Amino acid sequence: MIEFHLDNRSGVPAYLQLVQQVRHAIRLGMLRPGDQLPTVKQVVTSLTVNPNTVLHAYRQLDLEGLVEGRQGVGTFVAADSVPLPPDEVRSLRSSLDRWVSRARGAGLDDESISALIAEAVRPASESRVA
Amino acid sequence: MSSEFAVRTNALGKRYAATWALRDCTLEIPTGSVTALVGPNGAGKTTLLHLVIGLAKQTCGVVEVLGLSPRDQANELLPRLGFVAQDHPLYRGLTIAETFKLGRQLNRRWNESLATARVGRLGLKMSQKVGSLSGGQQAQVALTLALAKEPELLVLDEPVASLDPLARREFLNAVLEAAVESGVSVILSSHIVSELERVCDYLVTLADGRQQLVGPIREIVASHRLLTGPRSDAASVARVHNVIRESHIGRQTTLLVRANGHVYDTCWEQHEVDLEEIVLAYLGYMPGSGIPTPTLPEMVAQ
Repeated sequence: MIEFHLDNRSGVPAYLQLVQQVRHAIRLGMLRPGDQLPTVKQVVTSLTVNPNTVLHAYRQLDLEGLVEGRQGVGTFVAADSVPLPPDEVRSLRSSLDRWVSRARGAGLDDESISALIAEAVRPASESRVA
Repeated sequence: MSSEFAVRTNALGKRYAATWALRDCTLEIPTGSVTALVGPNGAGKTTLLHLVIGLAKQTCGVVEVLGLSPRDQANELLPRLGFVAQDHPLYRGLTIAETFKLGRQLNRRWNESLATARVGRLGLKMSQKVGSLSGGQQAQVALTLALAKEPELLVLDEPVASLDPLARREFLNAVLEAAVESGVSVILSSHIVSELERVCDYLVTLADGRQQLVGPIREIVASHRLLTGPRSDAASVARVHNVIRESHIGRQTTLLVRANGHVYDTCWEQHEVDLEEIVLAYLGYMPGSGIPTPTLPEMVAQ
């Protein structure tokens, strides 16, 4: 089980925040195949969020094959959902740590560092932004 | 009988003496939605809600609620409606038990176990006098009265305006929980937009008795953008997109647009806008007058 959170100021639609949090949890192994997601009612009342927002997020995750809804039972992480290889993630993370300390050493502040990273990953996600 | 639309109006208008409180109102609110009815005080929100529940009679036009006419088919419609008026009026001298007894006797449909279960969950006792409860608790009792009717449409007039942030959260949670459990359609009016983006999925904006922005909130938020760029006029953008608001300061121009598809022009930097900013732009926008006068709408002050 995971606990969702919503950031009203992020500019990312609420349903997409839920989708991203599930994707993230699956990738990092916090959610494993067969794990149950919170029910729609649980998410609605813990976040005070519109039920259709949650349904929309779960439908999207279902379309992506990451979760499967079982009628009357709940929504579960799909059996074939694959987390990122943990060793690879660890190694990427430590090289990123080295890069960040190099950037700090060069006098970049956190905002500039985030901007650089955002710029580097932008081409991959640009198709999403209008 | 279920209908596709919880509420449907066509050229609906209401005039009090010489003043039109609402006019040319044509909209369709889908069944199963949680709708925010927003606008400054005096915009016509309560008038529209009163026309919906049959408390007022229209001057012209058509209003249909759950497929029925609120005035001509009131006997059929009223048992299917739940209504909580502004400031959730209750008999302060009655206990909760007596309040429920009244509800049971006045309503054809009444779910006593739902009502008592809600009181238990709120941590209240049936013997408590309504007048001794906090504002938030009274609002919850009023909501319980409306929900015990097991309505198909719940109409809430400014339900959270007088509540503190915690009570507001708890009240909205109770409304959303009912929406999940029973699929009830909800219309709630408010002059506070910020928290409704999360709670509601459909928006009706009124200003000065006229509807402004109406539609599914997700579509509205997705289609609006804030464009910033070097100072220029909005004409080239306006050929393709709807420019809702434009402002020019120093060497910079800022446009709030409803985009028709993608904005390809690379000289504009694009930003997402939240619902509150979009609504405010519509409320300040006068068609044909170009740049709106920068009045601070009441909504911000509240």
